[in-house]
Formats: sequence, C-alpha cells, structure tokens
Amino acid sequence: MTTRRPPTDDGPAETRRPAARRGRFRRLLTPYLYLLPTAVLLVVLMVVPIVMVIGYSLMDNVITNQNPQSVGLSNYVDVITDPVFHTAVRNTLYFTCVSVLAHLILGLAFALLLNSAFVGRRTRALFRAVYVLPWLFTIAVVAVLWRLIMNPNGVLNYLLDVTGFIDSNVEWLANPDTALHAVTFINIWCGYPFFMISILAGLQGIPKDLYEAARVDGANAVKQFWNVTIPQLKPIIISMALLDFIWTTQQFALIWMTTGGGPINVTEMLSTFTYKLAFSRYEFSMASTSAVVILVLSMILAFFYVRHQRARD
Amino acid sequence: MDLPNVRHRGLKRTGVIAALVVGAMFAGLPVLWMALSSFKSNSEIFEYPPRLLTDNFSLDAYTTILTDPTKLRFFLNSYVIGLSVAALTLVVAIFAAYAFSRYDFPLKRVLNVVVISVQAVPPITLLIPYFGLMVTLGLYNTYPGLILTYMVFTLPYAIIMMTGYFNTLPRELDEAVKVDGAGPLTALWRILVPISVPGLVSVGLYTFMIAWNEFLFALTLTRTENMRTVPIGIQLLMGQHSYEWNEMMAMSVLGCIPILILFLFFQRFFIGGMSAGAVKI
Repeated sequence: MTTRRPPTDDGPAETRRPAARRGRFRRLLTPYLYLLPTAVLLVVLMVVPIVMVIGYSLMDNVITNQNPQSVGLSNYVDVITDPVFHTAVRNTLYFTCVSVLAHLILGLAFALLLNSAFVGRRTRALFRAVYVLPWLFTIAVVAVLWRLIMNPNGVLNYLLDVTGFIDSNVEWLANPDTALHAVTFINIWCGYPFFMISILAGLQGIPKDLYEAARVDGANAVKQFWNVTIPQLKPIIISMALLDFIWTTQQFALIWMTTGGGPINVTEMLSTFTYKLAFSRYEFSMASTSAVVILVLSMILAFFYVRHQRARD
Repeated sequence: MDLPNVRHRGLKRTGVIAALVVGAMFAGLPVLWMALSSFKSNSEIFEYPPRLLTDNFSLDAYTTILTDPTKLRFFLNSYVIGLSVAALTLVVAIFAAYAFSRYDFPLKRVLNVVVISVQAVPPITLLIPYFGLMVTLGLYNTYPGLILTYMVFTLPYAIIMMTGYFNTLPRELDEAVKVDGAGPLTALWRILVPISVPGLVSVGLYTFMIAWNEFLFALTLTRTENMRTVPIGIQLLMGQHSYEWNEMMAMSVLGCIPILILFLFFQRFFIGGMSAGAVKI
C-alpha cells in the first residue's frame, strides 16, 4: 500500500516521520512556489513603487534634486490648498458621475433593445457588433476622431446648424463653456458598451418563469421591469458602476489628447493635474503628493468594490 | 390572436427597430465618418457643406503611412509589446491561478483580496516612481520596460479570470494524472492548460488589447521615436502636422484594425471574458 503512494503523501507517522515531514513541508510550500512569479512582479512593480511615491511625497524635491530633504506633510498642505487642485477634483467628480450614470442608462437601454423579443438572432448580432464598436477603439483614436467631428468647421457644427440648434459655429473643445461637457460626452460615447455587454449577459440569465409569475400577478411591462429585471440585475449594475467609477476617475489619455486640461483649466482632471506637475513643471514631489491623494481616494472606492464582490460570493 | 393585438405587436416591433437604428447611428456614424475621411483629401474633409462620400476617392493617406518607416515602426512596437505581454501574462497567471484554484493555504484569502485590490491602484500613482525605477534599472525607453509595466496591470485580471476558469474544471481531472505518478506540474500543463484554451484565448485577447491601447506609460516611459507605440504615434502625428487630417484618420483606421479583426473572429471569447471579468470577480 504505502509503496504505491506518491512520494509527497504522508506515510504512517512512526515509520516515515522524516520523509513525511519533508513531504508535508513541500506540500505546504507548493502553492507559494506557483505564486512566486506573481509575487515578485507585484512586489517590485507595485509595492515598491507605492512605498517610493509615498516617500517622494514627503521630500522637498526628488529626481531633480540630488539630496532631497524630508519636509513632512508640507507638500500635502500645498496640494490640498491649491485652487487648481480644487478645480481638478470638481471636474473629475462631474466627469465621472455624469459618465457613469450615462454609461449605465445607455448600456441598460441598448441591452434591453437587443434583448427584445421582437429582434431576431441575426439582427441582434449585427446591431450588437455596431454598438460595441466605440469600445474597441483606442482612446487615442477616439480623441482624434472627435476632434475632427467637433472641429469648428466640422460636421457636428454643420448638423446642428442646419437643424437650427446653433446659429454660429462652436469650438466645442476650446470654448470654456462647452469643453467639460464635450469631453464628458466623448467619454460617454466610448464607455457604454462595457455596461451593455454585461447587462445583456445578465438579462439572458434571468429565469423566464419570474416574468411568467409577474404576468400572472397582472404586472405590465413597466412593473415587470422595476420588480423583476432591475432587482435581478442589481448585483451586476453595482459592480459595473463601482468599477467604472474607479476607472473613469483615472481617465488621462482622452483629456490629454482632446483639451490637455484646458482651456483655462476647465477640463483639468486629477490625472492631468498630477501629470503636469511631474512632466511639465518637474515638481516630482508635489506630483507624488497628488498621486498619493488619488491613491487614497481610489482605495476607498476599491474597499467598497471588494466588499460588494465578497458579499455576493 | 385577435387583430388589434397583432397591430399592437407590429407597432411595438417598428418602435424597437427604430430605436435600434437611432442607437446604431449614435455608435456607428462617428466611426463611419472617420473611415470615409481617411479616403478624402484634406480640403474635402472640411468642405462646406460636408459630404459623406467623395468624388476623388484616394488611398494617398494610407500609402503615405505604409511607406513611412517611422510609422511602420510604431505598429511593429505595438505588436511586439502586445504579443509579449499577452504571452508572459498568461504563463505567470496560469501558475498563480493553479495555486488559487487547487490548493488551500493560510494566506489564500488575503492574497486573493490583494490581487483584486491592486486593480484599483491608479496608474498615475505608479507613474512617477516607475519613471525613476525604469531609469535606475536601465529599462527606460526599452521593450522590457513597457512589457513589465503592462504585465502589472493585466496580471490581476488574468489571474482572477483563470482561477474562475480552473474552478469550473473538476478536480478529478488533474487528480487522475497525479495518481499515475505524475507531478502537479504535469497535471497542469498536460491536462488543465489544453482544456482551458477558450479561457486562455479570452484572457490573451483582453491582455493584448490593454497593451495595444495603453497611452500614459507609453508616453512617459519611452523617449525616442523608434520606441513609440501606435497611440503615441497618432498623438505625434497630431502635433507634427495638425492639418493632415486624412493621414490621422488613416493612421487611426490602421490602429484599430488588429483589434477589430480579433473581435470579429473571437467575438464569443471577447464578450465572455469581458463580462466575466467585470461581473464574476
């Protein structure tokens, strides 16, 4: 019996104690060996940088300065009292809240349309492919594309002009009154498919007899939507909204390539503010401080996300 | 079914189709505008009133890009980096997912939460230390620098996805191999990996896509033109000659084609991976 056991298995305690102990030790160690490459990567490229950035945020100036001195929390005071930082927080909140809400509504609406009983399988596949398109484009492409469309002489102004919505051409991305709304709109355009696809998958997972039961109870389509569809989708919607919120607060490329944070800071986000501190003004310590503030805010959001995910398990 | 009811259904059907078409215009028209602009001349792009189609259909913008070694290099870089990130992430993630799926160990829950939470670390937070770190390690402006950077962002997602996938495969499968005297490594590579191909494909695609699309680190961790990727190439084009709109549109179309083709052929994997990743973490 014992001879046929794999060598790592525990043998009878008295006769095979040393081997058994070694075997048990190896069994205990095995999962950690599999996790070793991941752990090395995450420590070197995640833990160390986070420690570094916190360290940087407490120094007078790093990278440009040979011997940086510790300055305590004074960078934090400077960043938190900076009026541009306040603008960036406000803009990021507006940009994120409006984007997430619109992503959710559009995603839900398109998913319901695609899932409609009136739509055949072929039609659904075709429209789904078109609806997913914006999500497949690199943000750099999205930015260039909308810069063309929103150009003062571009097609958007033409369409609004002939339909009578505007009477003179608007510089959507360069006008302080419209720039923030314009970048938010672009972000809405390229982000909703993520919700749509997940909600569509969720819709197809709702048991049909729930609707049958609701119909028997006399619920109309609207009631069925609020009392069956929405409660069933709620876990997906909350997960997606939290994830989207975390990701949208970090959007950089779209802002950088459309407005660069301008005109006069009206589209400045936390990400562009931090980037400019580091790579335009070479204030690496201040930039690190701002980055740590963003990290703390993100971790608070992540806490809720993880808690929500674990509550679902 | 009585007649009014049939008419009611017909009306509803028309309404749904109309809404679908409006939605498709919202999603598709900007894309169509981009594609058609790439075949126009620059003066035609801003013609007033604008026209969807052009009389002088021209491939000049494409020829200019495809014969320019600098621009071709952007594409080469993006492919090298994207494919390397996808391959390396998969290998590392397979090992980690195997540990999470098949072993019980004291730190399992903690490590699992760590893997989930690192996804929420904002890239901008890591940017400044990475800049310092990559210079110190001699990886600034190199392929390995960007590849390692992207792996940190793709790995958590890949591990979560692959763990979920392995969990759906019965343990008896790999246990059976071990009874025959093979080690766990054999069980992993000979049994689990081959039957996980659909899962691996969707993780690989998603990973490639993240690497292909990344902008912030590609902008900051590379310096010379021969190391730039496609998104940065598009930005450079915009800065250099901001009036060559047809070239920018052609470059954009070319920059989207790999993802579009992948999506077309692997739609099922893409969508499965995407929704599973977001929802079932």
